[in-house]
Amino acid sequence: MTAWHLAVDRDRCMGTGICAGTAPALFRLDGRHSAPVNDSIDPDESALDAADSCPAAAITVTARETVIGPRP
Amino acid sequence: MERTAPVHYPFNRTDGLDLACPYREARGTPGLTRVRMNHGDAAWLATRYEDVRFVLGDRRFSRAAALTHDEPRQSDGRRSAGILAMDPPEHTRLRTLVAKAFTVRQVERLRPQVRALAGELLDAMEETGQPADLVEDYALPIPVFVICQLLGVPAADRPQFRVWSDSLLSTSPMTAGEFTAVRGELRDYMAGLVAEHRRAPQDDLMTALVNARDQDDRLSEEELIDLCVAVLVAGHETTATQLPNFVLTLLRHPDQLARLRSDPEAVPAAVEELMRFVPLGAGASAARYATEDVEVGGTLVLAGEPVLVSIGSANHDGGRFEDADRLDVARADTHHLGFGHGVHHCLGAPLARLELQEGLAALLARFPGLRLAGEIVWKDELLVRGPRSLPIGW
Ligand code: HEM
Ligand code: SF4
Repeated sequence: MTAWHLAVDRDRCMGTGICAGTAPALFRLDGRHSAPVNDSIDPDESALDAADSCPAAAITVTARETVIGPRP
Repeated sequence: MERTAPVHYPFNRTDGLDLACPYREARGTPGLTRVRMNHGDAAWLATRYEDVRFVLGDRRFSRAAALTHDEPRQSDGRRSAGILAMDPPEHTRLRTLVAKAFTVRQVERLRPQVRALAGELLDAMEETGQPADLVEDYALPIPVFVICQLLGVPAADRPQFRVWSDSLLSTSPMTAGEFTAVRGELRDYMAGLVAEHRRAPQDDLMTALVNARDQDDRLSEEELIDLCVAVLVAGHETTATQLPNFVLTLLRHPDQLARLRSDPEAVPAAVEELMRFVPLGAGASAARYATEDVEVGGTLVLAGEPVLVSIGSANHDGGRFEDADRLDVARADTHHLGFGHGVHHCLGAPLARLELQEGLAALLARFPGLRLAGEIVWKDELLVRGPRSLPIGW
């Protein structure tokens, strides 16, 4: 199984907590900003949900170097 | 766990914007406060920043459970429903469908239109002459226009749309029967709009929602209409009330107003500080029910008990904000909870920010001599606080 990679752009992140609420296993808030719990994960739809829900478009999900989230 | 007798809630008066004294006391007392509202179960009240953020962000606190409990509330009639009464994963499905229309990037596309509208409204005020009512003549038309743009409400229907939305919101006292009737009319109208967008797609939120419904079947017809009503109800009065609140707060802090006037670039930061400083809600946010025993701020909340959070109090927590009760438009740390936190964090926050920034900037630029020009009439419905009418001169 191809691993997915999670990244949060901390300059864009506004700390809304939406991602950590949507996918608590994948994101957590450290102080003001969100960060992935693990940079590399098994494919998980909720990562895409979190990326779609981020108002700042701060979350990127990639698989094999291709951006798959946020979905278009 | 000891259960003290609950105190009556909400604490805030509605004829002003001050944060009531009991909040300070509650923040300084270990544990949560036991409260009871006019209707529904007794509840725990969280008042400290960390506790409020924790409750809003933790999935063990459920909004959906409020539907099967006697939710604490101010008036008997208005029970919550829709997106704010859902938990993940149902909530996630709906939220991801609409979220894309509300990202910072999407919303920025509306900025030129909002700026132009603000200019036109100010022109009209100058033409009519002083005093003007900042609420009726300026703060209300802005969000109504924006929501009509999002939902593709044709210009000809906007006056009628405004009548429905005004009467659905707390601005007019209504019986439960009248409320249901107006809600029905508005839903019928929305259903018509949906049909119209199906026939002739446009470049707006409504069309995107219709596509999600028709092409992917991810949304039921009922949910689609509910979402449109929710955007209207949640996005209209909040924004229309905060703008006059901000103006009034600045007029009462002339030094801060002067600072802002000297540096118009500082408007976005000032809007964040004003969001923090002005406690909009008369009471707390919608109740969350614990789905298991959870400790919050020194109190063990038992499974099945409701927790209320006071955003206004959290935003004035001296443990989190330096000199929390002082308005400082240049404050660097404005990480407020004014738009909530967690999965229900305000869907319209980027849009509300844009409207508040443009609305405030245009007003201050146009009227260097802006002043209060009469008696303020306050809303008294115990939902959001603010002037029902705010006479201004210039
Ligand atoms: C100054 C203006 C506004 C303020 C202060 C505000 C505040 C809030 C807060 C505190 C919440 C969270 C409620 C909770 O968790 O209990 C919320 C949710 C929400 N807001 Fe706003 N809001 C504003 C403007 C808007 C606008 C302009 C829109 C839409 C166009 C909007 C749409 C919503 C929706 C749909 C929700 C529910 C989200 C969900 O349950 O996932 N709001 N708002
Ligand atoms: S949803 Fe986006 S803005 Fe909000 S905390 Fe997560 S990454 Fe940050």
